[in-house]
Amino acid sequence: MMSERIDLRRITSVLRTVPIFPTVVLAIFLVCGVFGGFFVPHDPNDMELNNSLMPPFWEEGGSTSYLLGTDQLGRDMLSRVIGGAGISLQVGFVVVFISGTIGSIFALLSGYLGGWVDVIIMRMADTFLALPYMLIAIAMAAILGPSRNNIILILVIMGWAGYARVLRSEVLRIKEVNFIQLAIVAGCSNVRIMLRHIFPNIVNTLTIMATLQFGSVIIAESSLSFLGLGVPPPHPAWGSMLADGRNHMTNAWWMSVWPGVAILLVVLSCNLLGDWLRVRLDPKFRQL
Amino acid sequence: MTDETLLEVKDLKTYFFTRRGTVKAVDGVSFQLKKGETLGLVGESGCGKSVTCFSVIRLVDKPAGRTVGGQVIFNGEDLLTKSEKEIQQIRGKHISMILQDPMMSLNPLFTVGNQVAEPVKIHQKLDKRMVWEKVKEMLSLVNIPSPEVRMKEYPHQMSGGMRQRIVGAMALSCQPQLLIADEPTTALDVTIQAQFLRLLKDIQQQSNLSMIVVTHDFGIVARVCDRVAVMYAGKIVETAETRDLFNNPTHPYTIALMNSLPKMGAKVDRLYTIEGQPPELQNLPPGCNFAPRCPEAMEICRQEYPPQSMVTEEHYMNCWLAKGKE
Amino acid sequence: MSEILLEAMDVKKHFPVTKGLVLMKQVGAIKAVDGISFTINKGETFGLVGESGCGKTTTSRLILLLESITSGTIFFNGKDITQLSGTELKKYRGSVQAVFQDPYSSLSPRMRVGGIIAEPIVVNHALDKKAVKERVAELLELVGLRSDGAELYPHEFSGGQRQRIAVARALALNPSLIVLDEPVSALDVSIRAQVMNLLHDIQQKTGVTYLLIAHDLAVVKHMSNRIGVMYLGKLVEIAESEELYSNPLHPYTQALLSAALPSHPDDQREEIILPGEVPSPLNPPPGCRFHPRCFQYKPECAESEPPLIEIKSGHWVACHTT
Repeated sequence: MMSERIDLRRITSVLRTVPIFPTVVLAIFLVCGVFGGFFVPHDPNDMELNNSLMPPFWEEGGSTSYLLGTDQLGRDMLSRVIGGAGISLQVGFVVVFISGTIGSIFALLSGYLGGWVDVIIMRMADTFLALPYMLIAIAMAAILGPSRNNIILILVIMGWAGYARVLRSEVLRIKEVNFIQLAIVAGCSNVRIMLRHIFPNIVNTLTIMATLQFGSVIIAESSLSFLGLGVPPPHPAWGSMLADGRNHMTNAWWMSVWPGVAILLVVLSCNLLGDWLRVRLDPKFRQL
Repeated sequence: MTDETLLEVKDLKTYFFTRRGTVKAVDGVSFQLKKGETLGLVGESGCGKSVTCFSVIRLVDKPAGRTVGGQVIFNGEDLLTKSEKEIQQIRGKHISMILQDPMMSLNPLFTVGNQVAEPVKIHQKLDKRMVWEKVKEMLSLVNIPSPEVRMKEYPHQMSGGMRQRIVGAMALSCQPQLLIADEPTTALDVTIQAQFLRLLKDIQQQSNLSMIVVTHDFGIVARVCDRVAVMYAGKIVETAETRDLFNNPTHPYTIALMNSLPKMGAKVDRLYTIEGQPPELQNLPPGCNFAPRCPEAMEICRQEYPPQSMVTEEHYMNCWLAKGKE
Repeated sequence: MSEILLEAMDVKKHFPVTKGLVLMKQVGAIKAVDGISFTINKGETFGLVGESGCGKTTTSRLILLLESITSGTIFFNGKDITQLSGTELKKYRGSVQAVFQDPYSSLSPRMRVGGIIAEPIVVNHALDKKAVKERVAELLELVGLRSDGAELYPHEFSGGQRQRIAVARALALNPSLIVLDEPVSALDVSIRAQVMNLLHDIQQKTGVTYLLIAHDLAVVKHMSNRIGVMYLGKLVEIAESEELYSNPLHPYTQALLSAALPSHPDDQREEIILPGEVPSPLNPPPGCRFHPRCFQYKPECAESEPPLIEIKSGHWVACHTT
């Protein structure tokens, strides 16, 4: 029907405006994260002590079989960076998805129902936002032991409140718009209004937040891994790779630089993409 | 052009260049305005009345919009050929404008007095004390009680009617020769509207101010305008003295529009309606813009745009029907 | 004698004004609606006019149960609607629908038009799937739109068409009363006539009752059988529309009508320009609310509030000086 044709044309014209750099970078890392295991030049955990601390191939002493050099245990940097992508992206997606979902649910309940539900949820959110996540992370890691799932748990606990607050103000704004009032008049239940009418209109903000948060989660995960609280060795994680490189900053700069560059690229791309989305999805620019 | 003419707009064309095509917002508009006269520009949304006014003071939204043709002769000089700096000297000082929503026209962060003082500070070389004297004078002019007190207030502390009067004070602070009012009372209550229109008329009489009032409401035209131009899809379709237009509307659009208004007088069950909707300005049909909706459309109407014909002295319109009668 | 569909009795709606973040002590109240009584008869159009702050929109929201009443009662078909819950509430909602001013924000932007119109039906489990589709098509044609429009999104329609869709949705459950809150003021002049004719035709066809809120006096006169004039939370005059416009008794009504724009430049009218502004509903003047601006002021107007009295048959006024 006419409407579908318009949608398709709009989608292709939108796709043409997507910023190239962040999309390509994120796509590359995504592929590394998902399929990295198939094309890594070496096993990321393979130790070749004879080849330890080799510089990248363009420097003297480097070799093309270890393109980006090796670490102190002779493990190939390139393979480890690719391998680390998997962990970081996994944690990133899961955390963003879960905290986004929890945050949305609380935002809907809090914003739409108001009253004491609102007060309770918001005071909870305030509390969680005030917690020092480093200390909590350390404490939790001490109690539960370091693991990927614990990182996810910690970051979700730290992250949901931000979504809840921002989305709540969106909900409050939308609540007053005519079509919501008319839905009430038509006899819609609260649940239906929250899911069918309000949620689709906060999805834009949610998506933008998720994209921007993704970068923060990656940094948080790397920080925790750096402190030894994250994914335990031997899994390659960019954060712990940074930690390993700390002691070799003068004689093996490549051990710190490559994971650092990876983190930088991913986070930068997320931010750029998030910015583009924010402009793209702003109703003032969109055709209504 | 006589000494009496303040503004003469000749064949003004302002187009907006968009991805979807060229929107001919104003497509060959011509009119004259004498000193002390009020001209009404009437039409529905999209007819080009607001864009015409913005074109006159060169505030058309760039880069999409551009005045591509015509002349705007103010006090003998064509405004379209002036530099940006020269136009800035004219705006606020010789030509002023007030818009529909006073809340949008006022800055919520500055006091009302500050905002009325701004045009004075820009255009007039007065010392500080005299500026504030002027502000007080302007606030009294627009009937704001206790001006010394109120000028320290912020816009949100005032009612809608008062805010619009503040906007009026700002616009009139440098004694302009021409005031353009774009839907000045649409956002106001009925009784406040009456107050404000009476105020405008009083000020006009005192200072021989010329006004262009843009509106969709024939009631405002009847109340304050000396002459009227009816616009449709970027063109003026009929111009006349107000009384003449109400007594003898000749263009089918004018007639249809007036008939479709509910009146306070006799009660009717159903109103006369104009079929269809206003056209898309980037996709105008050939010939007369109104032809697709006109109950009296003839073959030639769909082919060629009708030239201007004279109905009576000072009463002109563009329609093939008149041509037939001539 | 017409049957009474809705009866409001001494309805009040006060919005509390609070101070302090935690304790939220009430320091005052905005008396948006402060004791109004009126009836709406079956099949008629009752117009409510007044300027900003008079309480007409709040009144409509009270009737739509979008706000809770502070005191007083509203009877609908004999039942007190302020005490409804559960299935009774749902039934009431099915009988009272609304069309609001802004056609652009009245329709959910992410739902197809068919879904929007069908929603009241779906939510009330009134019909099965196939019947719903037919009903939607029927409603679209009733409001003068093509039935295949159900597949489109609201943004693909013009303002006037969107308002028609809003009307179609309001009719979905065959309501007894439709609240029209400024139904045409956001539309172009030539489209207004179309929508007003549509509303008229639908009333002729279905016998539905309208509560019309509007500020345009000509529109109200054209559409209403009876009109109530509100000022600062109170009803000051109620009469049949012809009677009100030819013989307004309350000074405010007279001022309002005189301020209305003329239909012709030669329309000579005694211009009553009211001094000052509408006072704040936080602190309405004592006695008659209108007395500070009234040109027929008598001392007793500041002392006691005039009751709404039936001066002539069907013509009610609240004024000490008439």
